[in-house]
Amino acid sequence: MTAPLVELRDMQKSFGGIKAVDHVTIDLHPGEVVGVLGHNGAGKSVLMKMLSGALQRDAGEIWINGEQAAISNPRDARNYQIETIYQYLALADNLDAASNLFLGRELITRMGFVNDALMEAETRKIMKRLNPNFRRFHTPVAGLSGGQRQSVAIARAVYFNARILIMDEPTAALGVQETRMVAELIEQLKSEGIGIFLIDHDIHQVKMLCDRANVLRTGQLVGTVKVDEVSEDDMLGMIIAGKCPPQGVPGPGALA
Amino acid sequence: MTDTSPAASAPAKPRNFFAALEVDTRLIGMIGAFVIICLIFNFLTDGRFMTPRNIFNLTIQTASVAIMATGMVFVIVTRHIDLSVGALLATCSAVMAMIQTLVMPDWLGLGLDHPATMPVAIIVGMATGAAIGAFQGWLVGYLTIPAFIVTLGGYLVWRNVAWHLTSGQTIGPLDSNFQLFGGINGTLGESWSWIFAVFAIIGSVYALWQSRRTKVKHEFPVKPIWAEMVLGAIIAVTIVGFVAILNTYEIPVRRLQRIYEARGEVLPEGVTQGYGLPISVLLLIVIAIAMTIIARRTRLGRYIFATGGNPEAAVLAGINTRLLTVKVFALMGLLCAISAIVASSRQTFHSNDIGTLDELRVIAAAVIGGTALSGGMGTIYGAILGALIMQSLQSGMAMVGVDAPYQNMVVGSVLVVAVLIDIIYRRRTGDKV
Repeated sequence: MTAPLVELRDMQKSFGGIKAVDHVTIDLHPGEVVGVLGHNGAGKSVLMKMLSGALQRDAGEIWINGEQAAISNPRDARNYQIETIYQYLALADNLDAASNLFLGRELITRMGFVNDALMEAETRKIMKRLNPNFRRFHTPVAGLSGGQRQSVAIARAVYFNARILIMDEPTAALGVQETRMVAELIEQLKSEGIGIFLIDHDIHQVKMLCDRANVLRTGQLVGTVKVDEVSEDDMLGMIIAGKCPPQGVPGPGALA
Repeated sequence: MTDTSPAASAPAKPRNFFAALEVDTRLIGMIGAFVIICLIFNFLTDGRFMTPRNIFNLTIQTASVAIMATGMVFVIVTRHIDLSVGALLATCSAVMAMIQTLVMPDWLGLGLDHPATMPVAIIVGMATGAAIGAFQGWLVGYLTIPAFIVTLGGYLVWRNVAWHLTSGQTIGPLDSNFQLFGGINGTLGESWSWIFAVFAIIGSVYALWQSRRTKVKHEFPVKPIWAEMVLGAIIAVTIVGFVAILNTYEIPVRRLQRIYEARGEVLPEGVTQGYGLPISVLLLIVIAIAMTIIARRTRLGRYIFATGGNPEAAVLAGINTRLLTVKVFALMGLLCAISAIVASSRQTFHSNDIGTLDELRVIAAAVIGGTALSGGMGTIYGAILGALIMQSLQSGMAMVGVDAPYQNMVVGSVLVVAVLIDIIYRRRTGDKV
């Protein structure tokens, strides 16, 4: 078997005396959607933020395509083509879609100024593909609907050729129609060989979208399961009681 | 998701005249308020308010506060505040005054009014301002002390550093070349003012044309051509009108005689000469353009607004917001130094109380100009208009004969009401930037 796209080995992170992430090891293959589940405070967001460079790990290794990666800030992560889609944090509300899409990676004219026209043109192109109804290119994103905002965030990841995508509850604030749109997008990205970590609370959605799921509980990995082999109740059991079903691979946090 | 954008759907049939021009309605509102203030005072003073002389004075009185207000926009946009600008101005002014009256003439033995004095004083003053600003920015950005506290401390520290440097004395007269930045002592004269006007018009028209060309190139919707022409015409008329008024304010004959005598000539009979554009106002215009370009056309400006809109998103986008804070405060400090040049040369000496209460005027100007204290929102032209509106109120009331305490009551109330109007406006338009 080829090396996984991403391997997080023995990741650890503490805040004060609390172990937010405690010896967690998980992996992700190309074209795979892997769920990261758990209660609030289980450590899933912290784990993903260490991969995206938003947080510095205390210990552990990140391996990408079989090579150890040095990620200590968001820019490093971007160099490894890791893109993150946050539900609430990612957009500057006062800027328009193009400015947000290119934030931190602005296109520059020969004179060294930001090339707003070119950025808008590129944004129009990518939005035509992702969300053809999107027209409000001159509105600050604060004025957009949840789905439109999310499509800007997703466009950002797609535009910069993400190989590894971290989605933190991408549909939490969306309606039914918009959730379906995001689900279709995930399928599309998957078929292009992108590996996706999906943080989600919605077991039903995890069943639908993910190939495998990792469950965290109080910072420890309860286990990893293939979602086809287990029931929704099995997964709930992992999240709530920390019991790994016999079909899954138990982690250090699994209770007997 | 069936929304349409006005720009995309209706370029051909705009809703109204202003929509077609695509001019910020808030800008129109502010200009409207300013015009109303001018008309009222002009009525109350029997036409004395809108004389060339008073308009000239208004512009040079506004320059110092307006220059700092452009920097305060960036500070407030990044969700900080700077209470130390008046004190910082005093320190920079003291440093520059010392260089002009002590360091250059005595220590270096160059005598008074040496040609090198002015540039050296300005460079050292600007370096001082930028360094102090950067230091305060470092305290805010890296040591995470709230800007309110850092600059409240700075307010006390720098005002008294200025006092210490000068032993509390008034220092003057300043270098005669340096005094050119003071307003009435340094103007372009009629011909150069007209040359400036020509270049300003060419520059504005070129900017309009360039912007349209870029849009056409990318096949974006553009405004109707008549709207572009109206806009260009408004700008041209404004520039010409402004310069014409300043040129109409004539240099008194006595003064003109002295100027001619200094050149070894005799003033010919019947010759008059207008003041034209003050160098301090030219400085303000250049700074306004530079700051607007920074705000809209550079990464620095983009990051300033992004950080103000959502600091967490900015960090996640890889923006070094700590260093950004240092840069914003350093820029503020630099502008304080430039204001110090204008303010001290206007009074021709450095005094202990220079820049007193300027921090409040500067913050008020930025806020009246539509800068939101919650961050992420503000414009350079708004801040300058805010400064102009405040100065007009103050000068106008002084001319009408309103006592100073009442003047302050009015200005204070205007500040609060202006923010209220802005809040109501934003609610109506749905948080438009």
